[in-house]
Amino acid sequence: MELLRQIFIEPFETMIALPDLLLQTLWEGFVSGTLYSLIALGFVLIFKASGVFNFAQGIMVVFAALALVGIHALGVPAYIAVLLTLGVMALLAFTIVRVVLKPLVNQPEIILFMSTIGITFILIAGGQLIFGGEPKAMITTELGLPTGSSDWEVGGGIVIFQHIDIAAALIAALLIAGLALFFNKTKTGRALRAVADDHQAALSVGISLEYIWVVVWFAAGVVALTAGILWAAKSDVSFALQVVALKALPVLVLGGFTSIPGAIVGGLIIGFGEKLFDLYWGSPILGGGTESWFAFIIALIFLLYRPEGLFGEKLIERI
Amino acid sequence: MLKKLVLGAAALGFVATAQMTTIAKAEDTLYLPSMSYRTGPFAGAGGPIANGYADYLNMLNERDGGIGGAKVIVEECETAYNAQKGVECYEATKGNNAGALVYNPYSTGITLQLIPKAPVDEIPVLSMGYGLSAAAIGEKFPWTFNYPASYWSQMSSILQHIDANGGIKGKKIGFIYLDVGYGKEPIPLLDKLAPQMGFEWVGFPVGVKEMQAQGATWLSVRKERPDWMIMWGFGAMNPTAIKEAAKIRFPMDKFIGNWWAGAHADLEPVGEAGKGYLSSNFSGIGTDFPALQDVIKHVVDKGNSQADKDDVGKVLYNRGLFNAVIVAEAVRAAQKATGKKAITGADMRLGLEKFVLDEARLKEIGLEGFTAPIKASCKDHEGAGAIFIQQWDGSDWKRTSDLIPPMTDVVLPLLQEAADKYVAEQTGWKTQSCG
Repeated sequence: MELLRQIFIEPFETMIALPDLLLQTLWEGFVSGTLYSLIALGFVLIFKASGVFNFAQGIMVVFAALALVGIHALGVPAYIAVLLTLGVMALLAFTIVRVVLKPLVNQPEIILFMSTIGITFILIAGGQLIFGGEPKAMITTELGLPTGSSDWEVGGGIVIFQHIDIAAALIAALLIAGLALFFNKTKTGRALRAVADDHQAALSVGISLEYIWVVVWFAAGVVALTAGILWAAKSDVSFALQVVALKALPVLVLGGFTSIPGAIVGGLIIGFGEKLFDLYWGSPILGGGTESWFAFIIALIFLLYRPEGLFGEKLIERI
Repeated sequence: MLKKLVLGAAALGFVATAQMTTIAKAEDTLYLPSMSYRTGPFAGAGGPIANGYADYLNMLNERDGGIGGAKVIVEECETAYNAQKGVECYEATKGNNAGALVYNPYSTGITLQLIPKAPVDEIPVLSMGYGLSAAAIGEKFPWTFNYPASYWSQMSSILQHIDANGGIKGKKIGFIYLDVGYGKEPIPLLDKLAPQMGFEWVGFPVGVKEMQAQGATWLSVRKERPDWMIMWGFGAMNPTAIKEAAKIRFPMDKFIGNWWAGAHADLEPVGEAGKGYLSSNFSGIGTDFPALQDVIKHVVDKGNSQADKDDVGKVLYNRGLFNAVIVAEAVRAAQKATGKKAITGADMRLGLEKFVLDEARLKEIGLEGFTAPIKASCKDHEGAGAIFIQQWDGSDWKRTSDLIPPMTDVVLPLLQEAADKYVAEQTGWKTQSCG
């Protein structure tokens, strides 16, 4: 009886009694959700273009953030350091496509997936070799990202809006919108969709597979750099950051591996869901710490009942 | 025939020379492997610790020709803070250079794996201020030591500090911890002391995957409104937690971390926002100690250290250095007890049990005021150490309290109980009688 009360009554009583906390939770969920969407987008881009689940996306976030901080530490101004880091990510995209992916064209998808695991280890070792393993502070103020906070008084309490969180949500939303427009409205975007539909047909009409792959890996690099800056501003730049990217996996299961709107909606569902569940149900009933598995339970339920996700393409295979 | 004779004589000569070299080496060296983690999610802590450890021992080699006339060999093995890799390191290095004398795993997970191996291989484990709290009971754990204080002793000192700063009775204590064995270690003590000291406590676990995504956890903290927060964190969890605490405007001078949540690496990414944050510590801060100056002179300035000169004297560098001090002093105790220059792991165990680091000795080795005196015995493998509290001033740590000894009357029976339980669960576990 007590358990039923904890599940069905107490959470809603708390929501009504502390409206500021509810609004704060929704805001935190929204900010996390947009960042999850951004990271998931990096996976979607590469999956759409090549059918490869890029296991290296998480370490790309760390590598990009480390490169930025490392280049800035050499005395390079912050914005020039961003441009140089984009150059590093472009070079990385080109190298991965030429050295790893191109020789594996027409190999089974699992081989390509395994190659991204290899890329992960190379980036971990390379990152540690070049930049060292110790955590570093993100150059938040040097990049002009805002600090401080604004309060909103609600129901006798306050909702705190950190300016960095507002900036993070805006930047993530703008980047997502920009990438969605790029891949839907430009010639390269159409070529990408053609490649996603059928590699051989795309090749037969003169689309360069190599060019498209470099473009999407570079786009994934841009996403990684943005996610790295915004997430590291909340903590620090360390190799532990790569596991945050794993949160994109349930987002992809929810949204579908091939859908950009799916990545956005999936990210927001996970962001809102994990914050609300942990605060109102997870902590009181299970002692907290549910944030680490809640998203995966949701993903599991989706895999059971809707494996293609909310927006993914339903695959029908005849045997 | 002549060719065979020459070759045979050469081979015999080679074997004889090799044996003589080995004997000479065994007599003149002390092999002290260093389990380091310069890679992985906790590399920020592993690097400075390994540097401090190696630099002090190398300084002894340079300045004194080793310890008691025997040269020290320090060999690093990378564990990445991973228990499996830690065991691999142990197995790969334990027989090198006439045998390892002691292992400092620098990970509770690795320590738990090595505790059963120590009596079999006769190599003691020194988990300095971490690992299994119950290992403090020497009669039950003859081969494991955890000077200068166990996690339980540390928690009791932290609670005393809170009590001395506004009282603890009737207060709500929030306990945020890394949701692994290390983080959960002090929970039995909190359960025991809460009714006794009259406080309420509420736990906030943080998964390893969530170290840098603690938004939901701190919303719960805001909901629970604790009077104080205590943190058992590590690595990237620490700066994230402090930033999140600042975000919800939790008063920093009511937020106190344990000695793994109070390094420069934890607060430098936070900077001014962490001003006022407290943590416990047991090793001195800075380079204003003659021993540290010797390390700089004989090792760092000669380019023989992996540490940047600016990092010498920081919390974790000094922690690693202090670990080396304990090892070196235990070696001296073992040499004195056995009359040998080159000791074995079993001799080292004896040295660790006869270990005394009093104020006079601290002054003699150039570390006056660096730490609390430690005195071990067959019964007490914790050494009756004490901690102090330090505070972040926005750019550096400053010591703000006197030494706070643990609540031994409360902690000791709990340690005894836990040690009995551990031993009961093992088969063929060898205890010792301390008379």
